[in-house]
Formats: sequence, structure tokens, C-alpha cells
Amino acid sequence: MTDSPMTRAARATPPRVARRIRGLSDRAIAWIFVAPTIFLLLAVNIFPLIWTIRLSFTNFKANRNRPIEWIGTRNYERILTDSDIWLTMQATAHFLFWTIFFQVLIGFTLAWLINRKFRGNDLWTTIIVLPMMLSPAVVGNFWTFLYQPQIGLFNYVVSFFTGADPSSFQMIGDVNLAPWAIVIVDTWMWTPFVMLICLAGLRSIPDYIYEAAEIDRASNWRQFWTITIPMVLPFLMLAILFRGIENFKMFDLVVQLTGGGPGSVTELTSINLKREAFEKWRTGYASAYAIILFVTVFGLASIYVKALNKVKER
Amino acid sequence: MTTSRWLAASVLTASGLVAASASAEDLTLCWAAWDPANALVELSKDFEAQSGHTMNFEFVPWPNFADRMLNELNSGGKLCDLLIGDSQWIGGGAENGHYLKLNDFFAAEGISMDDFAPATVYAYSTWPKGEPNYYALPAMGDANGWFYRKDWFEDPAIQAAYKEATGMDLGVPETQEQLMQIAQFFQGREIDGQTRYGASIFTERGSEGITMGATGALYTWGFKYENAPGSYDMEGAVNSADAVEALEFYKELYQTATPPGYTDSYMEQSLDAFKSGQVAMAMNWFAFFPGLYADPNVGGDKIGFFVNPPQKVAASTLGGQGISVVAYSDKQDAALEYIKWFAQPDVQQKWWDLGGYSCHLDVLNAPGFKESAPFAPDFLQAMDAVQDFWQEPAYAELLLAMQKRLHDYIVADQGTAQEALDKLIEDWTEVFEDEGKI
Repeated sequence: MTDSPMTRAARATPPRVARRIRGLSDRAIAWIFVAPTIFLLLAVNIFPLIWTIRLSFTNFKANRNRPIEWIGTRNYERILTDSDIWLTMQATAHFLFWTIFFQVLIGFTLAWLINRKFRGNDLWTTIIVLPMMLSPAVVGNFWTFLYQPQIGLFNYVVSFFTGADPSSFQMIGDVNLAPWAIVIVDTWMWTPFVMLICLAGLRSIPDYIYEAAEIDRASNWRQFWTITIPMVLPFLMLAILFRGIENFKMFDLVVQLTGGGPGSVTELTSINLKREAFEKWRTGYASAYAIILFVTVFGLASIYVKALNKVKER
Repeated sequence: MTTSRWLAASVLTASGLVAASASAEDLTLCWAAWDPANALVELSKDFEAQSGHTMNFEFVPWPNFADRMLNELNSGGKLCDLLIGDSQWIGGGAENGHYLKLNDFFAAEGISMDDFAPATVYAYSTWPKGEPNYYALPAMGDANGWFYRKDWFEDPAIQAAYKEATGMDLGVPETQEQLMQIAQFFQGREIDGQTRYGASIFTERGSEGITMGATGALYTWGFKYENAPGSYDMEGAVNSADAVEALEFYKELYQTATPPGYTDSYMEQSLDAFKSGQVAMAMNWFAFFPGLYADPNVGGDKIGFFVNPPQKVAASTLGGQGISVVAYSDKQDAALEYIKWFAQPDVQQKWWDLGGYSCHLDVLNAPGFKESAPFAPDFLQAMDAVQDFWQEPAYAELLLAMQKRLHDYIVADQGTAQEALDKLIEDWTEVFEDEGKI
């Protein structure tokens, strides 16, 4: 009879080490294995978080050689009463809401269509997921060309359908259109991601449920609302959570596309925060700003995850 | 020669070689990636040949230049031994200890600041402003100027159309208002079967573009940052009636006389608009003028240059930079050697010949200087009336505040000029309060 790998490992362990390990409890051994991870987590995540909280109560500037002053909650008061910050919050909320709305709507529709068996199904799936494989910086850059009023393809397509002069409107230069310009690009890029998650949800529904519904003479519409939607809902909610978190911290794509302009109408909170932290070097102020955003995202995500769990339990 | 003498000679030769190789350094010079940087690479070959040092260059595109270099300085990085930093960095460079103070070195080497144009010494070298504390040698004089399609301006049919439209002769604008009139005349006009536009101006949001462009108008209306220099008293200066009028002017110029889509345009976009034949006029830094004049499509006889037209006063926005030794460099002696070499009049003359803008008076006052390039007289005229942005250590905060307020008003069409300038004073006041200056 051959030895098992564990027996071989035990036999290969030097007697001194083996004696020492034999003296340890299972819990202690577990701690030995987990400790490096916990240490890394503390060093990389928890310590910077605590340090950021500390800095948020000071006037620290990372580019200046001057003593740090404790200024209490002044940074928080400034941020929460600054109308410009609230405008960036509004811009972020607009971006967040509409990108998620369109991505869920189009993503689910595409998944539903792809889920129906037809010729070239796999090819279409591959084509549809291509945008999300590109770098956001590249996407942002080439959409600036597509949106260019004089030579941009987007303006010519709109012109073809509406008859408007292509150079009569500026998608990224107009205050009213620019917020929609970034929504369109993000939707174009990330709808495939939502589609893939929805597709996984649709394919997880057993066929026998639909067969039973057909036996009960349920219409397609009723099957859709009473079987498809409820069973895909946890997947949809997961997709919304992922996209919500991602788009709350959206930076690269929008910076490449509009740079936050025109004016500040597409200056999302992450762009604004980066300017405060690494261009103006208001480190203390930016720390308070980051903590406010962290608490907001963490709070919203916690509520959302609880709702998601409830849906899953049903 | 005896064996012992051979031995001694060999040892001496070897030790000489070792000494030479020990003193030869690999120097890195950091600057923006643009036309004059290429000229500097060419020029520096002479330094390499003379000194035995090797020159390396780190050139960063303008939109990222400040971010990249200020991060480098703030982190005490050793990437750059020499830095040709923007004029506005001098306050931070001096107060935060990033730049080496050069007074003793200048005194020891006989380098006199009197040999350089006073405006450039003031702007590129001194901190506090105007005090004889030197942190840089004026390296690259520059100002924001204009260029135009001379062939269109001299076309009899276009001249007649302009006369008919305005009752005036078409020529180089002598005031800001004339500039707008000419730009509006060209806006949307068909020339050689293509639609052309008036002017390409700076509207960039992210770094410094719209501030550099709009101050070109503001300064000519008499804009001042403070009521008295060093007082930080901005009310009535920054938001004066003239400043409001100038800002409204720049917005009107943007709205009525620029090509569609130029909502985030700076140096590169301005050059593109001109080189592609879209615009009759464009603003940009003098640094680009040699390259434009040499352009096979729009240069030569087709291009003309003019200094920023005055309105109430003559003024141009200052560009340009001084060359500093980075305090964190381990090769400061070799870096100082480069500055000593660069300050020589014959090197400065070659610098101008290659396309760099020397600030040395021997070059600028040379008899043939004005004839040496079609834009040389305009450069001299511009440098006589340059004005610069704040050069305070907190310049980045001050600049970003102005970028936001100007872009909100001019491009995003939000609020009035008065509101934009009032808010700017609020922003700047907050910065100076944080700095403990008011």
C-alpha cells in the first residue's frame, strides 16, 4: 500500500519541527497560516484608512514642508457646504443612474435575444463583448474623435437620421449634451458585461419550469414576468451592484473624453477628488473628501447587499 | 627611460584616466516635450564634447508636464539633475527647497544676471519676486503671440470682401477688438472651396490652457492680480470693470470666431487648426514659431506673425522657463557645470540659431537679431510687456481655481463674467488664508 501525500509530508518533516508543531493547537496552526494575510490586509488597507481618517482632521499638504495643524471638522464642514462639490455629486448621480438604467435595459434585452438559439449565436456574443475588452483610456480617446463635430462619425450618423448639420452640435463641448456623451460611451463599453451576467442568469433557469408553465397554458408574457424576471433578478441586482461601484469611482474614461468639462459639468467626484489630492495637494481636505465618499459608497452598498440577500432568499 | 620611470608614468596615466571617468557624469535634464527641447538636445552635444559628461533627457508632454515634474520634486526624486521648470514653479521650488539657490555659484563663476533681459530674470529666476535671490538661469524666453494666414490676408478678393463688410483695410490687428472683427469676418467663410474659421484660441480645462489664453485679453484691458503688489488685496483688481469687459470679450471671441469642437484646445490643437488650414489666425507660444515658419504647407510666405494686440495697454502672457539645479540631485557639480556652459554668450547665440529663445542680452541686442527671423521683432516687443500668473508656492491651487472659473463661464456658458471673477477672488482668498498670507 502506498503512502498518502500527507503521510509522506509528515515523514519528511524534521523531527524537531514536527515536535514543535505537534505541540500547537489547530487554532494556533490556523492563525499561523492566516496571519500573513491579516498582516498584509492591515498594512495595505486598514492602516491607510486609519491614517486617512487622521489626516482628514488636519490641514496637511503633502507638497509642503510645514507643521501639520489639527483643524477639527473644518474640512468636513467645507466639503459639505461647498456648492461646487454638490454639483460634482449631482453629475456623478446623473452618470450613475442613467448608465445603470441603459446598461441593464440593453444588457438584459441582448442577453434575452442571445439566449434564444439561432445560427451565429456564439459569433454575435463575441462581437458584443468586444468593447469591454478595450482599455477605458483607449475608448475615451477614440470616442473624442467620433464626437468631433467636423469629422466625427457620431455627428454624421445623427445628421443622417435627423437632417441636422453635423457641425451644428458638439457632444463633448455642449453643457447639455456632454453628460449624455459620457453616458453613451460608458453604456457602449459596459453593456456587454451586464449582458453576460444576465445571460448566466437566463441559462441557470431549468427548462422544466417553462415546460410546466406551458402545460399550465401560461402565455409567454406571463412566463416572462413570473419565471424569467424573478429568477434573473438576483443576477441583475449583482450586475447593478458591480456597475454602481465601478461607475461611482469612474475616472479614466471620462478624463480622456471630456476632462471633466465643459466647465465642470462632467467633473465626477473621483476626478474632483484627484484634482484636490494630487494637483492642488490639499491632502487633509482630500482625505476628508475621500472618507465622505467611502462612507457613502459603503453605506449604500451595505443596504443594497441586504436587499440582494432578501431577493435571493425568496 | 628606466623601468621605474615607465612604471611611474603608467601609474600616473592610469590614475588620470580613473579621475577623468570619475568626474564624467550621466546628467538628466527634464523639460517639456516640444520643439525647443529638440533644439536643446542638439545644442547639448557641444557640452558633452567639451565636458565629457553625458546628457540624458526626460521630456514630458505639456498636459502632463506639471503633474509629472511637481510630483517628482515633491517626492524628493532624483530623476532630474537639471530642470527647466515653468516660471510659476519658482516660488514653490524656492520655498519648498526643490531648487538650489544659485547666487554664490553665479558670483563665483562671474555669471551676471545683468547680462539677461530684466523681464526674464524677474520672471524665471527670482524669489521672492524681484529680490536678488536666484533659483534659475533664464533659459527659454517665451510669450503668447499670434500667427495668421498671410496669403489670405493679402488676397485681393478677400481684402475687398473685408473692406465691404467692415469699411476697413484687412491687415494685422492693432487692437483686441480689431482681432475679433477680423476673426468674425473669416468665421464660416469659403476659401478655396473649404469652410474656414476665424481663430484658434486656448480653451483647455485640465492644465493651464484657458488661463493662458484668457489672460492674453485680460492683461491688455489692464487686469491686475492685486491692488498693490504683495498685498493679496484682490477685490477691485481681479474683478474690476475692465477685467469683466475683457472676459466678456474672450467669451465672445470663443463663441463667434472659433472652429466648432475647439472646447478643450491648447497648444497642440491650436497648431493643428492652423496647419490643417481651418483658421485664419491662431494664438500660441513663440516657441512654436520657428517650426511653423518652416512648415511646408502653411509656413514661409503663407504665414505672418504678430504680437498680442493691445487694447488699453500693451501686454502679453508670459511663457518660458528658467533652468534650475534640482536640490535632490547627487550630481550638482556637473549640473552647475552645464549651467555655466549654457550661460556663455556664444552658446546662447547658437541656442537662438537652433530655434531656442535666448534671454541673453548679447543675443537680443545683436545688430542682426531683428532680421534673423520674421518673428524676432515681435518676440522682443512681446518680452517688453509680459505679465505672468501668480508664482506663489500655492500656484497650482490658484491656477486650477482660475481654470475652473474661466471654463465654467467661457465654454460652459454658466453665470456672468462678474460672477466668475467674484468667485475667483473667493477661491484665491481661501487659498491665501490657508497659506497664512492673509
